[in-house]
Amino acid sequence: MCPPDHYGVYYVINPWMDIARQADHAAAVAQWQSLRAALVAAGAQVSLVPPVEGLPDMVFTANAALIYRKRAIVSRFRHEQRAGEQPHFRRWLAEHGFEALDPPDGHAFEGAGDALFCGDTLYAGYRQRSDAIGHQKIGTLLGVRVLPLELVSAHFYHLDTCFCPLDAQTAIWFPPALDEYGRRVIRANIANLIEVEEAEARSFACNAAVVGRAVVTNIGCSGLHGRLRAAGFAPVEVPLSEFVKAGGSAKCLTLRLDGEEAAAWRQDDPGGNSENCHDRL
Amino acid sequence: MTERLGPHEPVAPLAAVEDVEVRGHIIDSLILPKVLDGITAAGGEFRIKDIAVGHDRADPSYARIEVRAADAASLESIISQISDHGAVPVHGGDARLVDADMDGAFPEGFYSTTNQRTEVRCGGRWLPVGDQEMDCGIVVDADAGAARCLPMSDGERGMRIVVGHVGVRVFPLERQEQGHAFAFMNSAVSTEKPKGIVIREIARQLHANRGGPGKSLLVGGPAIVHTGSGPLVSRLVRQGYIHKLFAGNALATHDIEQALFGTSLGVNLSEGTIVDAGHEHHLRAINRIRRAGSIRAAVESGLLASGIMHDCVRHGVEVHLSGSIRDDGPLPEVVTDALECQRIMRSAVRDVTFCLMIATTLHSVAVGNLLPASVRVVCVDINPSTVIKLNDRGSFQTVGLVTDVEPFLRALVAEVSKLEA
Repeated sequence: MCPPDHYGVYYVINPWMDIARQADHAAAVAQWQSLRAALVAAGAQVSLVPPVEGLPDMVFTANAALIYRKRAIVSRFRHEQRAGEQPHFRRWLAEHGFEALDPPDGHAFEGAGDALFCGDTLYAGYRQRSDAIGHQKIGTLLGVRVLPLELVSAHFYHLDTCFCPLDAQTAIWFPPALDEYGRRVIRANIANLIEVEEAEARSFACNAAVVGRAVVTNIGCSGLHGRLRAAGFAPVEVPLSEFVKAGGSAKCLTLRLDGEEAAAWRQDDPGGNSENCHDRL
Repeated sequence: MTERLGPHEPVAPLAAVEDVEVRGHIIDSLILPKVLDGITAAGGEFRIKDIAVGHDRADPSYARIEVRAADAASLESIISQISDHGAVPVHGGDARLVDADMDGAFPEGFYSTTNQRTEVRCGGRWLPVGDQEMDCGIVVDADAGAARCLPMSDGERGMRIVVGHVGVRVFPLERQEQGHAFAFMNSAVSTEKPKGIVIREIARQLHANRGGPGKSLLVGGPAIVHTGSGPLVSRLVRQGYIHKLFAGNALATHDIEQALFGTSLGVNLSEGTIVDAGHEHHLRAINRIRRAGSIRAAVESGLLASGIMHDCVRHGVEVHLSGSIRDDGPLPEVVTDALECQRIMRSAVRDVTFCLMIATTLHSVAVGNLLPASVRVVCVDINPSTVIKLNDRGSFQTVGLVTDVEPFLRALVAEVSKLEA
């Protein structure tokens, strides 16, 4: 995670952002701390990347990189406002034992915000922030199956705002954020799908941080939480309204360094990240 | 989606074309059907030229897709749209242009043309190659954004010539010319096909061309006259079915001999008898025309009053007579410089869309070399090897009819008359 010392809404690069609707800094700090506490309570160990002045969105570490075993594909942001984050994330990852790799030349790629493992497959959002070809090339680079999904709503501009794998067969999703092909792909490939209604999707219900069976979301997602409990998960809610003002929530505020719960490679990689960075976020 | 990967629907000859490729997990992700749907939805058409499906789950697949649209702007819009899904144009870059360092010869490694529609890529843009002709080079005028086929002998120092195959693409004929009129003939040379159908089709083409912008060309040998078919060709000329005639000294000489003396190589065509001193008639015929100054002058003075050549002059048919080393005379109109003959014919075939080659081997091959593959050619000869020769030299668009000339022309005139009625 990255502490929200310099967080604020200082530019507009998605429909959630409005400079006139500035984040309450003290409230943001309190919300971030409660998220961190909830994750630690769920069993996570949290490492911090130092915040940098002038890079307010650095708090959204999900967009730092895609983690695959000991490799990190560092982001190349679509918007120049966030490009300054890249070297800081790259340095931190390299200093913490990761082989930091650039995404394919000429293609935007926004890390775990747009690339999520579920089972052995990397689900990858494109059109809004990342490029379809870049995803395919990353799949070839990592030797994994990649299924690019087209994101059709500017409000759900990263795949992690409308889709969240919980385990290798289960995911939360908000279908209207995907085009018809993308919906067919998800239905054909993921056995258990927990659908989120629009109002809760707009409260970032899909932007959940998953630790074991704990699923941490923003408040206002009670419908989803009921369905999660029925499916055997342990939902946790934390108010994150100050971050929603910039278009992010629980998942955006974290980067899972040892592999998402739903990533199949995490299970068969005892000598990899898991040993060194167990449950670290 | 499976049906997409099967045999393809015929692709209409839409003008703008680009190949794209898409790779990755394009089947499970439905990216491939989505790209194909995107092309169709935008009014384009596609053809999957190559596809390789990965074996294992993690293996990527690959497809190369030809995208066609009505014009360059529509194509660009389609390409831009499908590129968002990962389908990107494939091209090896621009064609390499090398300045010719001497007249009459190309730089080493020059691109040698086919008779099929060709485009070259210059400055990121595909230029159509004009004057399509086999066995030429391609000269590019980058400033004018134009490219054309150029015979080696017409090469001039400083011309920009395409070298190598990069940035050159050729469009196979079968896709441009769907369901052409002779489609039922699945072998090029036909001795055993029902000739009536082919002849009816030739009549239909001549009839369709008579008033249209496309011209009909007859390449004829002297057997037309020897077999007594001259009046049949004359009739086609008078009725406006033949716009251009390419022949040699022989056809014109025998036709004129027939008009002046009633014989062809001394044989009386009405009676079939050999006329006394008849073997001299063709020389005397040539001599009279040479004395008149030209065939046209002989027609205008009334000296030449009938026959194919007469009718061609009277009906404004463009005639080109090529000389050969075995010619007597020759007639004044005969052009004896072989390269000059090529140039004249090359320029004359530009607007030809239908070509009938009758009873001449070498002339047929010569004209076949000049014609783009888009020109429909019917070759009529008693000898199958004439048609085989044409095909072997690359004029594969030729339909051959193995038959005696006279019954063929008689049947053709009858079919044309039916269409007139």
